[in-house]
Amino acid sequence: MKRKIAVVPCSGIGKSLGAAAREAAFILAEDLRPDATKIVALSLLVMGDEEARREVEGGEAVAIDGCKLECAAKGLACSGAARVNKVAVFDVIRRHRGLKPEGVCDLNEDGLKLARATADEAAKIVDDANAEGGHA
Amino acid sequence: MPDLPRKKVGLISCSGEELPEGTVTRRAVRKVLETLRPDDTVTLCLPLFLAGGEGERSFARFYPTIAIDGCDKRCAARATEKYSAKPAASIVVTDIAKECGCGAIGTARRLNAEGLRLADEVAGKIVEETDRLLKKKPKGSVGGFDRGKS
Repeated sequence: MKRKIAVVPCSGIGKSLGAAAREAAFILAEDLRPDATKIVALSLLVMGDEEARREVEGGEAVAIDGCKLECAAKGLACSGAARVNKVAVFDVIRRHRGLKPEGVCDLNEDGLKLARATADEAAKIVDDANAEGGHA
Repeated sequence: MPDLPRKKVGLISCSGEELPEGTVTRRAVRKVLETLRPDDTVTLCLPLFLAGGEGERSFARFYPTIAIDGCDKRCAARATEKYSAKPAASIVVTDIAKECGCGAIGTARRLNAEGLRLADEVAGKIVEETDRLLKKKPKGSVGGFDRGKS
């Protein structure tokens, strides 16, 4: 059975972009690529949870970050992932001008659209990684 | 008399994506910040805290914090203690759920009505701890199963 690609969103709680990162991870792992991806909690990973580490070590991973501080990507980089593919909500929104995401617990319509656009970009990365065959 | 900075309580939620209880922590913290105690609380971003955010870590060194965790792995509480100082209070959602006799709460992506009620209950607990830390008198109903929705 092919190993699933770990998806780690930042889930920042202060801004809508962090919430969009979290929602994008759910869209990717539950709707778009459920057979190819698995969400791993950033806090578990960084705090050294063995099960979370096993999901990441030596494999491909996707970090979905809300802001330029890239906390998810940094956390993954320190957790033994063979390759960290970055998806940045703050970049995605530049490609979808006009979206005005608001809310944290309950994203508005634009926030959900941004999350979907982010998940679409992440899905392409997942497909490319699997096509390369680099993900054992 | 010097104009001293107002004392606030920092709230750190685990936001765990693997369990619905992680979503409960998020919702409860945002409710306290936005509605119940907006003048008394700030949120500290756990991802930033873990990634080395000095502003978040400094705040937690000098101000009281409440860690709100979804499960007994207590990532938020342990991270706060490891990188700054022991949290002044620690709340675990699964403990509150047991106390309330809470049933299934939905998924990490979408809480059901029971999950939303649990988030209200946790928010109430955060308010109690916030008031205790700031030595404030209770301000009446704050939500939860028995106290009615605020």
